Amino acid sequence: MTAPAPASTAPGTRRGTALVTGLDVRAANGDGTEEFWRSLLEGRGGIGPITRFDASGYPSRLAGEIARDPGEDLPGRLLPQTDRVTQLALACAAEVLRDSGLDPAGAPEYGIGVVTANAAGGFEFGQRELENLWAKGPLYVSAYQSFAWFYAVNTGQISIRHGLRGPSGVLVTGQSGGLDAVGHARRMLRKGTPAVLTGAMESALCPWGHVAELTGGRLSTADRSEDACLPFGERAAGHVVAEGGALLMLEDAASAHARGGIRPYGEVAGYAACFDPPPGSGRPTGPARAARAALADAGVEPADIGAVFAEGAAVPDLDAQEAGAIAEVFGPDAVPVTAITSRTGRPGAGASALDLAAALLAVRDGLIPPTADVGRVPAAYRIDLVTGRPRPMAGDAALVLARGYGGFNSAVVVRRCGPTPR
Amino acid sequence: MKGFTLADLKRVMRECAGEDENVDLDGDILDAPFENLGYDSLALLETATRIERELGVRMPEEVLSGARTPRLLLDAVASAR
Repeated sequence: MTAPAPASTAPGTRRGTALVTGLDVRAANGDGTEEFWRSLLEGRGGIGPITRFDASGYPSRLAGEIARDPGEDLPGRLLPQTDRVTQLALACAAEVLRDSGLDPAGAPEYGIGVVTANAAGGFEFGQRELENLWAKGPLYVSAYQSFAWFYAVNTGQISIRHGLRGPSGVLVTGQSGGLDAVGHARRMLRKGTPAVLTGAMESALCPWGHVAELTGGRLSTADRSEDACLPFGERAAGHVVAEGGALLMLEDAASAHARGGIRPYGEVAGYAACFDPPPGSGRPTGPARAARAALADAGVEPADIGAVFAEGAAVPDLDAQEAGAIAEVFGPDAVPVTAITSRTGRPGAGASALDLAAALLAVRDGLIPPTADVGRVPAAYRIDLVTGRPRPMAGDAALVLARGYGGFNSAVVVRRCGPTPR
Repeated sequence: MKGFTLADLKRVMRECAGEDENVDLDGDILDAPFENLGYDSLALLETATRIERELGVRMPEEVLSGARTPRLLLDAVASAR
């Protein structure tokens, strides 16, 4: 299989710079971009006992929960028709718009699109309505169930609320989704859309959502939050579910500069995605291929990358594959690696969006946030894992890696752009 | 049997479809199109289902689609009972 041609060579497209002109983060360790970033730099995590439902009977009892009710920031009409994940996405999107300074009313009618990713849908809403159907009958099922459960609902509700009528879509690629959405948004820019609101949000902290996660067999069963998620650690034994994610405004540099007054966080300089080969094929898994293709798309060499934001599955064989890929592309111990999932837990597609947000803030400030204390890292991994305190970042670019359950691999290169007033 | 009043309708709509902050449901809304009150067709469908449950009546879709204001909806409820 050959690598896909860079999007810039596709007919009808043009290569332009994709700037991130607005950003907002919702994470268990930080509500809002700057709180999230301070937490990462100061080493604060958000993993704790599940409080949103009685989890005492389940093998995994920890999660990364967001304390604040996103519904507080939304109009009353939207509450009965939305799952919590959509409420998080809507509150986050409003902040992204505000942060970007882009006024939809002043933009061309089809000038701003929405592309989000989601892996679970509105699980909590869906569980409640299924319970109503089972216990009381069809008359007790909300008419809003028709769309509230659906993966595409975040994109749709954001588009409707703000009148964003440009090319829009949704990606369902498991945990990779946060990067794939941004990659797709970048394609939309190249086809002529000036701006796309993109990223990923996830929340499925209810018994039904939890059981679905548990069947994957990759959840930690630890009871102490400091033992729960140890990516690349010798004692790694699974990850922790979470809610959250990040949305951003991706804007074509030419039209962004034309509207003026922008304060970009950075540039999405490269993107690539590939599938793993079929199980049992004996061929290597995809992370190295995705990483190399993203670097090539960005036109940079491995030596230009100052930090790798790893997926950090905290599952030994997956960690070994990812570490192997990093060592293969960059050389042994050649690039600082961090895995923030050890702080935030892993909110499905939102996880890679959080990694992307952290990478953008890292290139902005020239600092790599440390991974939580994961104990000893197997020497065979040959990676330079950043722990303890933030490390100054060399260069102006970072690589974000993500994998989704079922064989998805994605990678994004972000780069600092010019003087950054942020 | 007690009538289903505007107050009942407002309670049901607030419960099942929420309330638009820019609309005063306690104002003179009897003849205001639901659209102007911030309620779309799905909100009306949800409202009708609630009314069916509360009153034990059936509200056929063709009746519902003609009920474009609170007054028309209350009339439809009265004739369904």
